[in-house]
Amino acid sequence: MTLGETDNQMRLLIIEDDRESADYLAKAFREVGHIADLAGDGEEGLSMADGGDYDVLVIDRMLPKRDGLSVIGTLRDKGNRTPALILSALGQVDDRIKGLRAGGDDYLPKPYAFAELLARVEVLSRRHGGPAEETIYRVGDLELDRLSHRVARGKEELTLQPREFRLLEYLMKHAGQVVTRTMLLENVWDYHFDPQTNVIDVHISRLRAKIDKGFERPLLHTIRGAGYMIRDGIR
Amino acid sequence: MTAFGKLIRTTAFRLTLVYLLLFALFAASLLGFFAWNTRRMITEQITTTVNAELEDLTSLFNRRGLRGVSFAIENRALRPGANLYLLVTPAGQAVAGNVGALPPGTMAGSGWLETAYQRLEEQDKAPHRALVRISELSNGFRLLIGRDLDERRRIFGIVAKAAQWSMLVVIVLGLAAGVFVGRRVLRRIDAMTGTTRRIMEGDLSERLPVGRSGDELDRLADNLNLMLERIEALMSGLKEVSDNIAHDLKTPLTRLRNRAEEALAMSRDEADYRAALERTIEESDGLIRTFNALLMIARAESGQGGAAEDFDAADVANGIYELYEPLAEDSGLALRVEATPASLHGNRELVSQALANLVENAIKYGKPAQAVPDATPPSILIEARRQGNLVLLSVTDHGSGIPEADRKRATERFVRLEASRTQPGSGLGLSLASAVAKLHRGELRLDDATPGLRATLAFPALSGEGLGEQSSQPETHPA
Repeated sequence: MTLGETDNQMRLLIIEDDRESADYLAKAFREVGHIADLAGDGEEGLSMADGGDYDVLVIDRMLPKRDGLSVIGTLRDKGNRTPALILSALGQVDDRIKGLRAGGDDYLPKPYAFAELLARVEVLSRRHGGPAEETIYRVGDLELDRLSHRVARGKEELTLQPREFRLLEYLMKHAGQVVTRTMLLENVWDYHFDPQTNVIDVHISRLRAKIDKGFERPLLHTIRGAGYMIRDGIR
Repeated sequence: MTAFGKLIRTTAFRLTLVYLLLFALFAASLLGFFAWNTRRMITEQITTTVNAELEDLTSLFNRRGLRGVSFAIENRALRPGANLYLLVTPAGQAVAGNVGALPPGTMAGSGWLETAYQRLEEQDKAPHRALVRISELSNGFRLLIGRDLDERRRIFGIVAKAAQWSMLVVIVLGLAAGVFVGRRVLRRIDAMTGTTRRIMEGDLSERLPVGRSGDELDRLADNLNLMLERIEALMSGLKEVSDNIAHDLKTPLTRLRNRAEEALAMSRDEADYRAALERTIEESDGLIRTFNALLMIARAESGQGGAAEDFDAADVANGIYELYEPLAEDSGLALRVEATPASLHGNRELVSQALANLVENAIKYGKPAQAVPDATPPSILIEARRQGNLVLLSVTDHGSGIPEADRKRATERFVRLEASRTQPGSGLGLSLASAVAKLHRGELRLDDATPGLRATLAFPALSGEGLGEQSSQPETHPA
């Protein structure tokens, strides 16, 4: 399993004024099978986003002609709900909050690893077109009931700590997609700082011990250089 | 600007001018009122005298005829300081009196009037002015009685002169006071300006002179000095940061470059290149982390804390405990938490991160120097509680601790004590915790936990609600 596989193709619009970064991003997205269009400034980006049918917008915060936040704000005012991920050199907590308040759906400070960006974009895209929130998540023979908080693998009932439950819930909600350590820290623990140690890995290995240990087919996979993914076997 | 120009532009001088003008107007109106009143009084007196004499002489004329009146007039005119008299025939011929000349036609009128005249004995001198009353006696004779107005003019002159002199004195004294006060202010302002100019030229250690009077200028200077102190601290902090960045980012950058060079020169197959590239990415990630931490410290130290809210330190302690408990266990340590509610105001995210850094440090360095094989795992305790006016968030480990002498140095950026050189880390954890504490007007304390280290973030508690809590619920000291 490597990063280069994808089963549902996305149409992306990258609004970024730095030509080299934009070309690199477009190339990297195309390499994993997505379609990526480029816009070099805010005005161009706005008209392309407005007219084209994109799955996700990747928008740089600081753009010539029209600021990234204003692009998103204008789109939202027009009723365009295309998920937008903001890229920004301003990485502080307040800037993130400002970005999300302006209508952005996710925020990634520069510099970032492409694996992180890809994982976030794929999660956003699924949110856009994906099925409605289900009550029961199923991956292989693993089942998680979000209402009764019950988790079972096959016929065996599993006992999870509350935090382990939320961790598994998040992973299963995005089954088949890579989720990064930062995404887990943000969405499961609601922290936005960068721990210097491998705290998340330890939580994952505890969870793995509960859901995979003693079963023939592992479901929780480590994706090297990116994060984790829960899915049924290797297709 | 000339010295004089500067002087007349001072607020003190301008205020003096305004007061001077107001005072002069007041004095002028006072004197004017006085002069006008005096003039009215004199006129009234003249009117009364003239009326009385006219009555007197008219009755005399009726009783004694022309001769008797002429005699009486001549008699009265000879007295010193006499009034003016003139008796003329119906044809206008003067019969008696002491008036020599009048403007032609004056005697034809009647009633009160002010006119020029000359006395009989002063025909060659300039005419005086007088207030006279002319009335007709029987037989067509006309009688003029009046009074010279010299006296009135003289009194008026005295008042005018007094006014002139007092004005002059007022203006001279006022200007002198203005110059004096203005120059005093100007001297102090000039001293301040000189100092600020030297400061702007780069000498941040200069301070403004502060007098002992405690007036508005002293208070201003005091405040400016406080501001300068803050600026100086920030500047030296900035310099320190840039020095440290230069030093501590160059080392890993050099390592990065060496790796890349080595890979180019030595690597033979794809696996070698791949390994070299992976190490490069790892190192650059480390660099980015260090850089982010530095930026965050710089932001916190410059007072930019982001959104602030009220929150419970116990929640922060429990959250961090929950996050790090598995990691501690994996490292052979028992992480525990004891938290009682304690509200504080600030940035929850930053406080959480500061506490996380302390816990990470405790996990890294919290193992006893000599490991006892089958003893219970050494513990790390996270505590959140309120003590007096403080909210304390502390992490206690039982590792080797930090020697007393090194404790202050330990919170400086990039300082990695000898004992920790072999452990990974940027050396920024304690600095960030300290910066976050200072941002919230608190401090980071490092104490001996005999053995081990107790790192405490002490924040000022939320006032008001906190005091009530204090009295109703005595402090708990968890074992």
